[in-house]
Amino acid sequence: MGLTTTARGEVSVVRVDGQLTVGNRQELKATVQAGLDAGARKFLLDCSPTGYIDSSGLGALVTIAKRVREAGGQIRLAGLNDDLRSLFELTKLDTLFAIYPGIEEALQGF
Amino acid sequence: MGDPGALALQRLPGRPTDGVELAFALRLPSDVSLVDPAVELFAHHCFAGINASRHSLFRLRVSLAEALANAIQFGNGSDRLKVVHIHAELHVDHIRLRVQDEGSGFNPSIVPDPRDPALLESPCGRGLFIIRHLAEHVEFNEKGNTIWMTLPRS
Repeated sequence: MGLTTTARGEVSVVRVDGQLTVGNRQELKATVQAGLDAGARKFLLDCSPTGYIDSSGLGALVTIAKRVREAGGQIRLAGLNDDLRSLFELTKLDTLFAIYPGIEEALQGF
Repeated sequence: MGDPGALALQRLPGRPTDGVELAFALRLPSDVSLVDPAVELFAHHCFAGINASRHSLFRLRVSLAEALANAIQFGNGSDRLKVVHIHAELHVDHIRLRVQDEGSGFNPSIVPDPRDPALLESPCGRGLFIIRHLAEHVEFNEKGNTIWMTLPRS
């Protein structure tokens, strides 16, 4: 997995390349935590280059979302492919996350 | 961290009378950093020469990653002295995967539904639920330390 963080105004856009799994979930947690520590409060996870996410990756996203909310921030997801979208629907995690088709849609009103 | 380059996939002969074209086996050390390389190794060999759909690849990758994570963390307790045994049988239209850990097993029938509102924000407990939805068929041995998963090979 490769993570790239860019700023779009107040929003930290974290691009998640490859897979988010039990083997690398801590990297994403650390990246978002570093953003929180630096004062960022709006996070957009760009999953358009994400191949697959396992349950550990989903669990990491749940933990990250909780930390961001507790810090008074918001998190959005964008660019999920059909398989990933169905995984969120299957586990009902689509009810916990604000999910947008693409980055630009997610940035609107953020 | 384990060395992915040390993963040695063993190629086994097929059993035409059982419809098995080819089989592979791997002994995986109990190290979660080796899950992704092992998944990619099996995805590559299980679909070699086949124009597989992205959906079929997704099903195999996620199901195998879940089974390996469970085997390493819960079955073997992340004990590096224990290994996870992976075995794949390639049939003409499906793949039968077996993942076995060296733990004492568990009862798969009492795993709670992660969609329960009380569990929705839990960071864990979704693995087996996801496997059961992505695989065509799932079985366990009586001890509960071996899972068989049938997935499409197309």
